[in-house]
Amino acid sequence: MTRYALRSIALVYLLFLLVLPVGLICWTTFADGIGPVVDALTTPSALHAFAVTAQVAVLSVVANTLFGVGAALLLVRHSFPGKRVLNMLVDLPIAVSPVVVGLALILVYGRFAPFGGWLADRGIDVIFSLPGMVLATVFVSLPLVVRAVTPVLEEIGTEQEQAARTLGAGPWQTFRRITLPAVRWALAYGMVLALARSLGEYGAVAVVSGRIKDQTQTLTLFVEERFQNFDQQSAYAAAFAMAAIAILTLLVTTLLRPREDAR
Amino acid sequence: MIRVSNVSKNFGEFAALRDVSVDIPSGSLTALLGPSGGGKSTLLRIIAGLEDPDTGTVEIEGEDSTHLSPQHRGVGFVFQHYAAFKHMTVFGNVAFGLEIRKRPKAEITARVQELLELVHLEQFAHRYPAQLSGGQRQRMALARALAVEPKVLLLDEPFGALDAQVRKELRAWLRRLHDEVHVTTVFVTHDQEEAMEVADEIVVMAGGEVQQVGSPDDLYERPASDFVMGFLGPTTRVGGELVRPHDVELLSHPEAGTLPATVQRVVRLGFEVRVDLLVGGEPTWAQITREQARRLGTVPGDTVHLRAAAVAHRIAV
Repeated sequence: MTRYALRSIALVYLLFLLVLPVGLICWTTFADGIGPVVDALTTPSALHAFAVTAQVAVLSVVANTLFGVGAALLLVRHSFPGKRVLNMLVDLPIAVSPVVVGLALILVYGRFAPFGGWLADRGIDVIFSLPGMVLATVFVSLPLVVRAVTPVLEEIGTEQEQAARTLGAGPWQTFRRITLPAVRWALAYGMVLALARSLGEYGAVAVVSGRIKDQTQTLTLFVEERFQNFDQQSAYAAAFAMAAIAILTLLVTTLLRPREDAR
Repeated sequence: MIRVSNVSKNFGEFAALRDVSVDIPSGSLTALLGPSGGGKSTLLRIIAGLEDPDTGTVEIEGEDSTHLSPQHRGVGFVFQHYAAFKHMTVFGNVAFGLEIRKRPKAEITARVQELLELVHLEQFAHRYPAQLSGGQRQRMALARALAVEPKVLLLDEPFGALDAQVRKELRAWLRRLHDEVHVTTVFVTHDQEEAMEVADEIVVMAGGEVQQVGSPDDLYERPASDFVMGFLGPTTRVGGELVRPHDVELLSHPEAGTLPATVQRVVRLGFEVRVDLLVGGEPTWAQITREQARRLGTVPGDTVHLRAAAVAHRIAV
């Protein structure tokens, strides 16, 4: 009896929280058929938002992959003073609100901050342009690759690497031919999670981008701006596109997860 | 020859090796034998370059290797838990060292084939390690280590993770392999039977120090200390001396040098008979043959007279 009660509660909870809103987005989007949706998603502004989002997401996934693998290796394979601090800093982005991240980045890289001004004098604009948006996205999705790779690195241990060394492999060869293949599924899982997080980021990017239409507008910002301007068709169409991408990445992660277990 | 000179190694407060010096002759099959925590694995890893000694030097075939990385030492290393490259086939595992050395493809294929035949895995070349049994994985690991024609082959408790039956087979097989390949081989074990059966020479280690070096017979017949004697086989006490239990003579009548003893228990273990005794209130035991037991005709409660045989190696304790 309690079992059924618990199940119903969980289902109703998810229904109102998740299924109903997402379902209604689909419903509203396709209320007038597929034509208006295609039109809304192929306006120059929408296409530009897609392109900006893709650039930001790809660049930040690349940065987080490089940093994530490096930091995981450092945390698992080495002991050094400050290791606990690094371990804590990696999780910081989960605790800090994205809006705070955005403001903090403006404080460092803004045109009127010492470092930001120095960069601006050399023609590099960080805030209100792509570099700042990438920085903000990298920051909020920082822990995902590290935390996906760390447990697998711990589990595989160092013996395979040591065996490779005695067989004549140098450090780089050992990494490329032994360590990297051993963590590849975990790494892919972390990268997909980071990608999903990067595509959906709103708060930090909203602050540092300046929300300049057709310049620094990502998909999330596009949805918000269309909604504010009573262009509900475009807002819902773009929101639907993002939800579809999110579900797709979720599917990919569930495909990746069992392979990681069977590794 | 592998020459280890004055090597010490500490892990924090723990002294794993204290001023260890030992020579391992070329072409030999040597066992590092001792209880766990005695320093034998640390010594092996230092020879391989997987650990750095705090002080002392390691020379391999005349070359000072103390500061050489494992990559350049020319050693083959076999781990207790195989360290198989899980994402590579058996072929890929064995070929790894040769590919790193950028040997021509045809040569690699031929050499791997040859090695897989040597370790009887030729029909498993395209399997992954997960599809092999423990014994097969360890033979693959051996082939992988031999592929690069190492100057020395080092094995760290190679049969420790295998079940008893497979362990026995692999022991005999390692002995035969060494007779064929003749590469200087050092293996670590805590099993004295394994060391006695396989090795030409045994280095007994305990407490981070070398206790004794010698052939299996040497160590069994002429142990240098009560520790070595106790570690290499059963011991029993006769009048303040440690002897092998099969070197105890039991007589029905007192003679020169005998001590009276009360029989507590007589246990028949196939060919041999174990007699538990009390000598002046102290428990001890002797191992005699069935024939001797029949002639003595003893039952619990009897008084017998015991002494160490004239040939017995004795150590005062």
